[in-house]
Formats: sequence, structure tokens, C-alpha cells
Amino acid sequence: MHASRPLPLSRSPRRAREARSWPTALLFLLPAIVILGTFNVYPALYSLYLSFFEWNGFTPNRDWVGGGNYAQLVTSPEFWNSLKVTALYAGGVTLASLALGLLVAVLLNQPIRGRTFYRVLYFLPVITPTVAAGVVWKYLFDPTQGAVNNLLGSIGIHGPNWLVDPKWALLAVIIVGVWKRVGFNVVVYLAALQGVPRAYYEAAQIDGATPWQQLRYVTVPLLAPTTFFLVITSLIEAFQVFDLVYVMTAGGPLGATDVFGFYLYREGFKYSQLGFASAIAYVMFALIFLATVVQFRFTRGGQDA
Amino acid sequence: MRRLRWTTLLTHVVLLFGAFLAAMPFLWVITTSLKPNGALYQPPLLLPTHFEWENYRKAWEAAPFPRFFLNSAVMTVALTVLQTLLSAMAGYAFARLRFPGRNLLFFIVLGTLMIPFPVTLIPNFLTVNALGWVDTYQALIIPRAVSAFAIFLFRQFFLSIPKELEEAARIDGASPFTIFWRIVLPLSTPVLAASAIFSFLFAWNDFLWPLIVTNSTEMRTVQVGLATFQGQYGIFWTLLCAATVIVTLPALLAFLAAQRRFIEGITSTGLKE
Repeated sequence: MHASRPLPLSRSPRRAREARSWPTALLFLLPAIVILGTFNVYPALYSLYLSFFEWNGFTPNRDWVGGGNYAQLVTSPEFWNSLKVTALYAGGVTLASLALGLLVAVLLNQPIRGRTFYRVLYFLPVITPTVAAGVVWKYLFDPTQGAVNNLLGSIGIHGPNWLVDPKWALLAVIIVGVWKRVGFNVVVYLAALQGVPRAYYEAAQIDGATPWQQLRYVTVPLLAPTTFFLVITSLIEAFQVFDLVYVMTAGGPLGATDVFGFYLYREGFKYSQLGFASAIAYVMFALIFLATVVQFRFTRGGQDA
Repeated sequence: MRRLRWTTLLTHVVLLFGAFLAAMPFLWVITTSLKPNGALYQPPLLLPTHFEWENYRKAWEAAPFPRFFLNSAVMTVALTVLQTLLSAMAGYAFARLRFPGRNLLFFIVLGTLMIPFPVTLIPNFLTVNALGWVDTYQALIIPRAVSAFAIFLFRQFFLSIPKELEEAARIDGASPFTIFWRIVLPLSTPVLAASAIFSFLFAWNDFLWPLIVTNSTEMRTVQVGLATFQGQYGIFWTLLCAATVIVTLPALLAFLAAQRRFIEGITSTGLKE
């Protein structure tokens, strides 16, 4: 088009060429820099700053309390309860969805008909809006009319009062969390399994390995990196659970499902304790950061990125 | 041979049982949404003896669902277009343009992926509030108009496009923007599609941010609308189920239409090989 332009391929010194391409790069990057800077980087720093203040968000002056919010957190039974509930939720969802995901993926990896059909069906819960899933499951768990206790009743089990009983409410929420997560694990595991050379299994068969031994000594070790990836992503995701709890139990009964995300929401937006809520957010950040660092260390994911 | 058949049968039994558990809530919500309100005692998963299509009209009219739909549609379309385009541009700069500080900047972009959403919640609410954006479309759209995850996806894909194509165009005098728009993007349909589907589902299913930055009924999105509808109409199961079907359908249809692309996107990012 503009034939008179100097050829960019000509050998200008590298530095000069880079300097010249700044305006172009800026054009491509400006929206991303402005938006990520304003709504990701800045708030991450600002909420750390806020966590050292006591502030309701409305009054113009905020009181510097130093580590006061963190001290208050550590002495608050609500915080420890929330930490316990979140750990149980994240651990329960991760373990169960991983085991079930692996089972389904191994079965689907056999030469059977209808693989796509199954895969899509198992994946549907993953893309279902969490709010909708929560609404439906809340009513499935209804003690008298819900389908869960109806099904249990049909095999002679008298189901509990799921969401109103503090002993059972968290388990009910975990079941929904697992239901929503399994399909994701199935899809990722299945992709990993398809990369395992058949020769490994043939060799194992020649050595007389049973199907169970093949799973235990060939499949599981080869899937270790995938498993690690799924454990970390699942923990990080489950640690932030909010929608499900908001819709199904609102943290109740008696704090039985009071996960971190909901605790933060309540302190920040119900009680307007912005400084205190920011401290909760930062504890969450620290824990997730730790998990991410562990993942980076083990997978060396930073290298090809 | 016989043993093989037997294990295949067992495999299908287990898989079908699992598929039933995965699909059971869908079956239940669809059958319940079609029952007359007094007929809940009918077996829960069986089709009703009498189809009550009226439930859908009633649910649609019981709350301002048309308005919720409009709000979600505006937010979803805007986020899908903006996230895809702006992230593709940034991804291109990181993959192909040379400029000082490129690596540091890309590292920061990747770093933002580690920031849990709840951490940015309060400051972002304060920012949006200070800008006077509470209860507006800007508040729903602008803060999420760029996706660091999509930037990463695009960058990886652009690195795999042969450089020679662009160099030929450059020799012909094409500007970087022309090269991006005319050559790179048309070659990138798989990643454009994957990114668009991720954005679409993210936006349609989104809950916490819309809950916080909207407060009038007119600005509620479908998910927030459904949550409040549940609070008000919780005893009318049939209506609630109809509303849930209405709100879920767009996400399911989008997924079914593009499931192959979507699953490829997940597996290619989930497994760094």
C-alpha cells in the first residue's frame, strides 16, 4: 500500500527498532493496560491498604488500625469456623470430584460407543449457571418433597433434613459442588489419557498385569501432572465459592456453610466493615497465592508461558 | 470375547448411572416446570399427566424477566465482543511486537490471574461508586472488558502462526493494524471462537459482581433476578422451575452449539504439554 515506507526488515539497530514500535504497541495494549491496571492491579494493592483501616465506606475519615483487623480476625470464632467450613468444602469437592472424574474418564477411554454423548452429558453441569444449579438443588434437597429424599426413600433410606440440619447442610452443598465439577475433571483426564501410548498397556498385559494393576501402576502415575493441575485449580476455585452458598443456605444453618466468600460478602456489604472485609480478602489471597506458588514449583508452568 | 462383552456392559451400566446423576436435576426441573402447581405428588422425574405450559408465561410475567434478559443480553454481548477483541490485540502485541518492558508487562498480566476475584471486589465497588456508575451498564461491562486469561490464550496461539505471512505483508507496506485485522485474525478462528464461548458463558452465568453493582430491579441481570425470584416465589415450585429453565437455556444452547470448540479450549489450556 505505502510502497515508499522504509523496509522494516532492514538492519536498524535493535534498540532503535524497539523504540519505534512503542507507539504501535501502545495502540494494541492501551485498553488492556488501562482496564487490568484499574480493575485488577490497583484494587489488589488498594485492598491490602484498606485492610489496615477501620472504615464503613461512607464516612470521609477512616481510622488507621494497623494490624488490628487481622488481630480481630484471628481471635474471632467466626473466622476459624469459616476457615474450617471452607477447607472442608474445598477438600471434599476436590477429592470426590477427582476420584469420580478419574473413574469416568478411565471408563470412557475404552473403545465404547457413545463417548461424545456421555462426555457432553457429564459436562452439562459445568456450564450450568451456578445460581440456577443452586436453586434447583435447594429444592431437590427438600426433606419431604425433594427428589433426593424421594430417591433415598425408594431404596428404604430415610433421608435427613438436608439444608436445615447443621450436621448435613455442608455435605449437601459439597454434593452440588462435586456435581458441578466432575465433568471438568472428566474432560481434562480424558484428554490426558488419550495421550498415553497404548504400548504401555500392552507391555503391562504381557507381564500379566490385571486391569486394576494397570490402573494403579501405569495410568495413575502417568496422570500425576494432570492430577496435580486439577487438584490446585479445584482448590483455588472451591476456596472462592460464593453463588452456591448464597442461593442454597446463605451461610446457615448456624454457620454450618459459612464459607470464606460469603463471610467476606457479609462483613463487607451487609455490615459495611470494608477494612475488616479487606483483611478477610487478604487472608484468602495469601492462601491462594501459596497454592499457586506450589503449583508453579511442581509444574514449572512459568517456563513455557 | 464373551468376557469383553460383559465388561462393556458393566461399563455402560456405571456410565449410565453417572449420567443419570448428572442429568437428574435437569430432568427434575423440566418435568416440575410443566406440572400444575397442586400436582407435585406425581412421581418427581416422570412427565406430568397434564402439561402446564402456562407456568412459563406466569413465571415470565411474575418478575420483570424481559428486563433481566435485556440486561444480561447487553452485558453478555458487550463482554464477549470486548474481551475477545481487546484481549486479542494485547495478545498480539505480546506475541509479535517488540517494545521495551514487554516481558515485565506480560508477567504482570499473568500475575493478575492469581488475584482472587473477592480481593478486588471492595476497591472495585468503591471505584465504580466514585465514577457514579452504580446501576449502569458501564459498571457491568467496563471493569471486565479485558480478560487476562484470553490474552494468554491469544498470545499462545499467535506464536504458532508462521511469521513469514506477516513479514510478506509488511514488505508490501501493510501497517501493523492492517496485518492484525486482515491476516492474523482471519487465521485465528479457533481461538476466537474458544475465547468468545468462554466470555459468553462467563458473562451469562455471572452473579456476584452484578449483585453488588446493581441495586434497582431494572438493572438486575438474569442470575440476580433468579436469586431474588427464588426468595419471593420459593413456594411456587412450578414457577420457580420454569424461571430456572428460562435462565439456563441460553447457556446450555451456547454450549451445545459449540461444545467441541469449548472442550478443545479447556483441554488445550488445562494440559500444558
